[in-house]
Amino acid sequence: MNIVVCVKYVPDAQADRTFNASDNTTDRENVDGLLSELDEYAVEAALKIVEAGEGEVTVLTVGPDQAADAIKKALQMGAHKGVHVKDDAIHGSDAPATSLVLAEAIKKLTADSPADLVITGMASTDGTMGVVPAMLAERLGLPAVTYAAELTVDGGTATIRRDGDVSTQTIEATLPALVSVTDQINEPRYPSFKGIMAAKKKPVEQWSLADLGLDAAQVGLDASWTKVDSFAARPPRAQGTIVTDEGDGGEKLAAFLAERKFI
Amino acid sequence: MAEVLVLVDHVDGKVRKTTSELLTIARRLGEPSAVFIGSGFDAAKETLAKFGAAKVYRVESPDVLGHLIAPQAELLAQLVGSASPAAVLIPSNAEGKEIAARLAIKTESGLITDAVDVKPREGGGVATTQSVFAGSYTVEATITKGTPIVTVKPNSAAPEEAPAAAADEVVDFAPSEAAKSARITESKEKQATGRPELTEAAIVVSGGRGTSGDFAPVEALADSLGAAVGASRAAVDAGWYPHTSQVGQTGKQVSPQLYVACGISGAIQHRAGMQTSKTIVAVNKDNEAPIFELVDFGVVGDLFKVLPQATEAIKAAKG
Ligand SMILES: Cc1cc2nc3c(=O)[nH]c(=O)nc-3n(C[C@H](O)[C@H](O)[C@H](O)COP(=O)(O)OP(=O)(O)OC[C@H]3O[C@@H](n4cnc5c(N)ncnc54)[C@H](O)[C@@H]3O)c2cc1C
Ligand SMILES: Cc1cc2nc3c(=O)[nH]c(=O)nc-3n(C[C@H](O)[C@H](O)[C@H](O)COP(=O)(O)OP(=O)(O)OC[C@H]3O[C@@H](n4cnc5c(N)ncnc54)[C@H](O)[C@@H]3O)c2cc1C
Repeated sequence: MNIVVCVKYVPDAQADRTFNASDNTTDRENVDGLLSELDEYAVEAALKIVEAGEGEVTVLTVGPDQAADAIKKALQMGAHKGVHVKDDAIHGSDAPATSLVLAEAIKKLTADSPADLVITGMASTDGTMGVVPAMLAERLGLPAVTYAAELTVDGGTATIRRDGDVSTQTIEATLPALVSVTDQINEPRYPSFKGIMAAKKKPVEQWSLADLGLDAAQVGLDASWTKVDSFAARPPRAQGTIVTDEGDGGEKLAAFLAERKFI
Repeated sequence: MAEVLVLVDHVDGKVRKTTSELLTIARRLGEPSAVFIGSGFDAAKETLAKFGAAKVYRVESPDVLGHLIAPQAELLAQLVGSASPAAVLIPSNAEGKEIAARLAIKTESGLITDAVDVKPREGGGVATTQSVFAGSYTVEATITKGTPIVTVKPNSAAPEEAPAAAADEVVDFAPSEAAKSARITESKEKQATGRPELTEAAIVVSGGRGTSGDFAPVEALADSLGAAVGASRAAVDAGWYPHTSQVGQTGKQVSPQLYVACGISGAIQHRAGMQTSKTIVAVNKDNEAPIFELVDFGVVGDLFKVLPQATEAIKAAKG
């Protein structure tokens, strides 16, 4: 079983995330980044499947130079090889443009060795759109089962459990298929010392747009189908009233709610 | 006036409040046409008419329902082709965002997700507002290609009535074989709680690890206020409350009039799901809990003492 896992390099949510004032794009240079936490679940899901049988896990990222860190972390966890698509022209790509690059990279990867599964996270921790998996499935013509809280692969079928609002569903798709996983699916492993050493010798390919047969005019800020006009930091909330409970905290709370007309 | 397609969110014809919000927003951009997939149209019609749907495109095919996302996106793409709408508005939940994603690729159109406001743009098109990076930034954006597709968060507009015909038109639609390649093989219905739906509730009361697994005081306070109950991931991971009640980055994003956090520390991933609430209240025994940075009103104290007292006072006030 060969699996491609899409991993995104994102600015750390614990840092002060912001935008570039020059073109309203996300600041990915001056804010520390890392492998999107939610993609660790995708890597773990892929490793579990391959370890239970055979095959290889390839991690794929589209991002700037530093995005190599995201690949490194996934290789340390146990993935077998990495592909890093980077090209200055990709800067500022929106979701449709990003999915185009990812889709072409997956086509190139699987032309040499077909993949049975493409696994992604449920959403990135920066854009948080949760749309790239569906866009990829659409572009690649793959069946998609998304938001997997459980994943089993048996014979030629992927089966997932999805925890929806009105019901819990079991959903099936015939391989090859795309699966997106939630943070309910597993407990991602920490890289072991052995894993960290081994990762140093694992192959990472670097591809440019030209390697994918794409033209700079098809991606990036100018080719994007959406445009950010402005951004503004949310004004800090006014300091609220904080009381310490001295036996009447609940009453004070109720009085506040009454004053604000919630009662 | 150009049509604006609104994908109806409903359970067997019971229309969710988000749909009335979307219809209200759609009227700013053109004439709303609802898209109703599934059974129960007769029950839904009244609400759709009340909030301004001039037309309703209707599909009942079980083929669409048994197969999730892809067929719904195909249907919308067909309607975008035939109706040339000014925009397509879709509820911003997991399923809606995926439908929108596929629709964007199919129709080569730009997509904005999680909009908290949508307006006509000077010179044509639509202008959107998003709240990003866990609520710390507000972004204004526009769609520059194709038919603007926007997924809109619940509570982004106050529903306004504007009676219209809701004239239904059954759409001739058959999903492609490819769209049927993922199939639902089993579906277990969840038990209704009798409380309002989390994302559309005006008031949400949430419990975290500080409940030590006892949600009774949280639920009692919620019921006294007619509120929905939410939970932090710590509470969900411990098995104390269902995952579908989780508020935060990987749970639900809520934006109620009032959010009450009980025994929740206020981690960034939790804030991502509740920071845009209008009024925020917290009860936490640690006066240094980060949640207090957000609150309009906070009580430093034991939730097992504070919540029951507040509940009693609320009940007494309500008579
Ligand atoms: C705050 C903010 C708001 C934005 N709003 C919009 C918008 O409304 N419309 C729009 O078109 N664009 C928007 N963008 C841009 C968009 O986020 C990026 O184009 C991004 O590359 C794709 O969307 P996502 O990060 O939300 O991915 P998601 O769809 O949330 O990602 C899901 C999964 O796809 C995979 N994946 C995503 N990106 C990559 C990558 N670069 N490399 C490898 N795997 C990847 C990962 O497995 C990930 O877990 C926004 C960006 C930001 C920072
Ligand atoms: C990828 C990822 C995604 C995540 N997504 C989410 C998400 O969607 N939603 C989410 O909530 N979290 C999410 N988290 C987890 C998040 O980081 C925190 O771990 C979580 O929010 C903590 O939950 P908590 O506040 O209930 O628990 P804690 O942080 O342990 O806080 C418990 C609080 O209760 C207080 N307390 C204890 N006893 C009492 C008492 N008797 N009375 C009053 N107060 C008391 C304590 O002082 C403390 O402040 C995510 C994490 C990751 C890594």
